[in-house]
Amino acid sequence: MPDALAEIREEFLALSQQERLQLLLEFSNELPELPERYQGHPDLFERVAECQSPVFLFVEIDDDDVVHLFVTAPKESPTTRGFASILVQGLAGLTADEVLAVPDDYPQTLGLTQAVSPLRLRGMAALLGRTKHQVTAKRQVG
Amino acid sequence: MAVQADTAEKFAAYAHPERLVSTEWLAAHLGEPGLAGVESDEDVLLYETGHIPGAVKIDWHTDLNDPVVRDYIDGERFAQVLGSKGIGRDTTVVIYGDKNNWWAAYALWVFTLFGHQDVRLLDGGRDKWIAEGRELTTEATNVAPVDYPVVPRDDSAVRAFKEDVLAHLGHGPLIDVRSFEEYTGERTEIPGYPTEGALRPGHIPSAASVPWAKAAAPDATFKTRAELEEVYLDGAGLKPGDDVIAYCRIGERSSHTWFVLTHLLGFENVKNYDGSWTEWGSAVRVPIKQGADA
Repeated sequence: MPDALAEIREEFLALSQQERLQLLLEFSNELPELPERYQGHPDLFERVAECQSPVFLFVEIDDDDVVHLFVTAPKESPTTRGFASILVQGLAGLTADEVLAVPDDYPQTLGLTQAVSPLRLRGMAALLGRTKHQVTAKRQVG
Repeated sequence: MAVQADTAEKFAAYAHPERLVSTEWLAAHLGEPGLAGVESDEDVLLYETGHIPGAVKIDWHTDLNDPVVRDYIDGERFAQVLGSKGIGRDTTVVIYGDKNNWWAAYALWVFTLFGHQDVRLLDGGRDKWIAEGRELTTEATNVAPVDYPVVPRDDSAVRAFKEDVLAHLGHGPLIDVRSFEEYTGERTEIPGYPTEGALRPGHIPSAASVPWAKAAAPDATFKTRAELEEVYLDGAGLKPGDDVIAYCRIGERSSHTWFVLTHLLGFENVKNYDGSWTEWGSAVRVPIKQGADA
């Protein structure tokens, strides 16, 4: 388990249910805007069909094999933005192998099942699944 | 004493105009004694990003669903939830939410299971309120808890179970409110990405396909009575007096259609099958139809 993801999990688990929602809202507000070079390039992005709202993601692997994850989600979908932001922060700086080694059930271990519902957590599992899928596909091409 | 109804001209044509209020009406009545605003969204955090002043949040999943059994909460829990939000048995409740009031209609339907008498929807919901530049606040709403009586939930009038649907087949119309791809059974899961699915795709035989959003105008308000009659009477073939069952995937989108048929078009016996496709499409030996034909 990468350190950043482990720390985020500890942070959530230390809080009460209501405070966990507040923390998720903070993450939601921290989801970075797309860098300028990717703005206006919707063709590069993959729609996350499992999320009710229009969520798109794009993975880039640089020359040092480090993965960069970019996600857009509307501000009307703060929960999805929160999930995306956790992944963007938690995966930052990881190599392709490290990203692929992240346990698939990570979203279910944040202690949010009660406050957010398992149904909604599936969107986050899909974000992680599609991120890994893109890493695998792009590494083969590269 | 219930708060007065919105007498907007558009609503007068509906069967039960007192079930809707406009954004203008709500803005003018905010803070009135006996009136409670309730926000119910698909997204559990949306209320926290800004809500109508004085409104409380009721979450479809964490507040209204039983945490263990696939069912709604019981009368005791309902009394706790509403009492803790400052809502009394005779409070006029105006519910609003995101996505054309999809979840707001679901909450209203659950309120109906407990016979809460005066519960209304904000026409246009959260989106229209925001589009009109009306006030939102992130300030926590201070509520004084009240006593809400324990009223047993009555599933007999507006809720259908699988057995009811089986008995209904061949005797009355069904409305499938999911997307047309879900109805035909075309839409299959994407490998490796588990979705909220059922084991078999398709629809309940004889059901007409009327995606729920056909009842909504582009600004998230309900269509006019004449437009709704075109969709449900001319289009789907419902006749006045029909007993109707509506379903979707888990019963949320079909609550919206239930509201339209019951309160706007005046059908007197409409039930929402909340088990919906996640139950029917996984049940053993129930009839299923695939393709575009009913």
